[in-house]
Amino acid sequence: MTVGTLLEVEDLTVWLATRNGPRKAVDGLSFRVDAGEVFGIAGESGSGKTMTAMALLGLLPHAARTGGRAVFEGRDLLAMRPRELRDVRGRSIAMVSQDPSTSLHPMLSIETQVTEHMRHHLGIGRSEARGRAVELLSTVRIPDPERALKAHPAQFSGGMRQRIAIAVALACEPRLLLADEPTTALDVTVQAGILRLLDRLRRERDLAVVVITHDLGVMSAVADRICVMYGGRTAEIGPRETVLTHPRHPYTRGLLDALPHPEGGAATLRPIPGSPPSLGGVPEGCPFHPRCAFAVDSCRAERPDPAPVGSGHRVACPPDPLGGTA
Amino acid sequence: MSVLLEATGVAVEYHRQGAAPLRAVDHADLTLARGEILGLVGESGCGKSTLGRAVVGLQRTAAGEIRFDGRPVAPLGLRRRPAGMRGLQMVFQDPYASLNPRRLVGDQVGDGYLLGGTTKAEARRRAGELLERVGLPADAVRRYPHEFSGGQRQRIAIARTLAAEPSCIIADEPISALDASAQASVANLLVELVRELDMGMVFISHDLSVVRQIADRTAVMYLGRVVEVGPTRQVWSEPAHPYTKALISAVPRADGGGVLPVELPGDVPDPSRPPGGCRFHPRCPVALPSCAENDPPLTILRDGRSAACVLAK
Repeated sequence: MTVGTLLEVEDLTVWLATRNGPRKAVDGLSFRVDAGEVFGIAGESGSGKTMTAMALLGLLPHAARTGGRAVFEGRDLLAMRPRELRDVRGRSIAMVSQDPSTSLHPMLSIETQVTEHMRHHLGIGRSEARGRAVELLSTVRIPDPERALKAHPAQFSGGMRQRIAIAVALACEPRLLLADEPTTALDVTVQAGILRLLDRLRRERDLAVVVITHDLGVMSAVADRICVMYGGRTAEIGPRETVLTHPRHPYTRGLLDALPHPEGGAATLRPIPGSPPSLGGVPEGCPFHPRCAFAVDSCRAERPDPAPVGSGHRVACPPDPLGGTA
Repeated sequence: MSVLLEATGVAVEYHRQGAAPLRAVDHADLTLARGEILGLVGESGCGKSTLGRAVVGLQRTAAGEIRFDGRPVAPLGLRRRPAGMRGLQMVFQDPYASLNPRRLVGDQVGDGYLLGGTTKAEARRRAGELLERVGLPADAVRRYPHEFSGGQRQRIAIARTLAAEPSCIIADEPISALDASAQASVANLLVELVRELDMGMVFISHDLSVVRQIADRTAVMYLGRVVEVGPTRQVWSEPAHPYTKALISAVPRADGGGVLPVELPGDVPDPSRPPGGCRFHPRCPVALPSCAENDPPLTILRDGRSAACVLAK
């Protein structure tokens, strides 16, 4: 491991149990996350991005199996016993999920939910935990934190609830925060506030954040490096600016082209033809080849692995049709 | 262009037990011409869906008037709607909820023709044509909704709407529940249909960048009011209302620049207790002292643009 690397995922594979036997939801994924870095995982639904986060936290559905390694602070998360993992989860690695109205318990006070982890993991008393909860809520900019502690989730708006969910995640000062579509359920104005909050936390607390989203605009705003996933595999991985301005994988190009044009106008949207593969329906060869305008014969037969094309930039597309334009 | 749909001073109230009525829409105005796409945007809770439902008659209004093709739109009751209202149709957000899982796709699409008085066989044949028109295979007629993906289901729901031969469609977040690539293709389909059939469409969405791409005109709602309306291009390039400006600068761009979007502080106030004066003044970055007292009406500026702000020129 290089200095500063917090999490190193190598050849992560996740098999989910289906009626037709085990199927790969994640297939040989490798990436690293440095301390204080925001790492983005992008992809459409079914690309395996959420399953990656679940595998790291040991929260995969029953009967799922994993392969590969995920080394966090020197220990392999995938090889840990459930008991060891419970000490890591919520303490060194925390998670923020998409929908704050389901991730917070509706019947418990905010105080209970923010202090629960601290009291369990850090073994501190009620009043000390309470004091820290007030600090946390003001860190995430909840107005009048003392009063907020007595309130329940339903008394807050969606954006405020997501801020509270982030406070819960930060309670034990984690080193790594997994944020799965943290702003998808929110309005753009509220989303802007949450993105700014995540950015501030990373700077002030040297917190590493893995942001999982299908929204390339969100990626562009917060991520330092981006991994684009397709069919459970890495299509392209590299620095934010390189991936978004000079994509080398046809799928990344397609995702960017499908976005409304920043200058607007009468032009129609350009969707990627076809739809993403379902679990177990990932085609042979390159998973993207049936939808790819540049596919050649070898794409149908050989499954490409990401290969370096530039500084920190790896692309799983051997024909490299976009190489000339980069 | 002739006016197809016109709403003036529409108000919708939700009555709640033991509490004051909640005014979800308060004096909202809208007009829509044939062949035109009007984007209706705003944060959640601003009343855009309620206004959309009121306009098709799914929601009883407390005040104001809605006219479709020159005739007043009456709220939908237990009886059959007057024939003149068949041209006004709605596309809903969730195609998992808007289609009956236990009926064949062809039968559901054909309903509109049956109500129009055709025979069963004819309705089914024409349903097949419509399904092909929206980009589905012809054998879709004999299949069930669960056999299709979200994007395909939304196409089925659109075909079902088209069977009524509408001249005006109200689409409430029609692409929000779909995957990114399906979003673009369903949005394109709606635009094509509007142009080809010379319909009008109100496209309700929280996704400003899609509205920017497809809408001819954009109306921005805040707390039950339309605060700005105008040709999409101008509304985006020089927004007249500070709220429109805030919304636009909050949209992150996928340009790789690493620029954080601008935050609009504060939450949308409780619509049952709207602030006095201009409803946006507590969050407005350029509010004047007088904004706390005077509630500006939607005023015509120029070039078909209107805004409800004292600072708008």
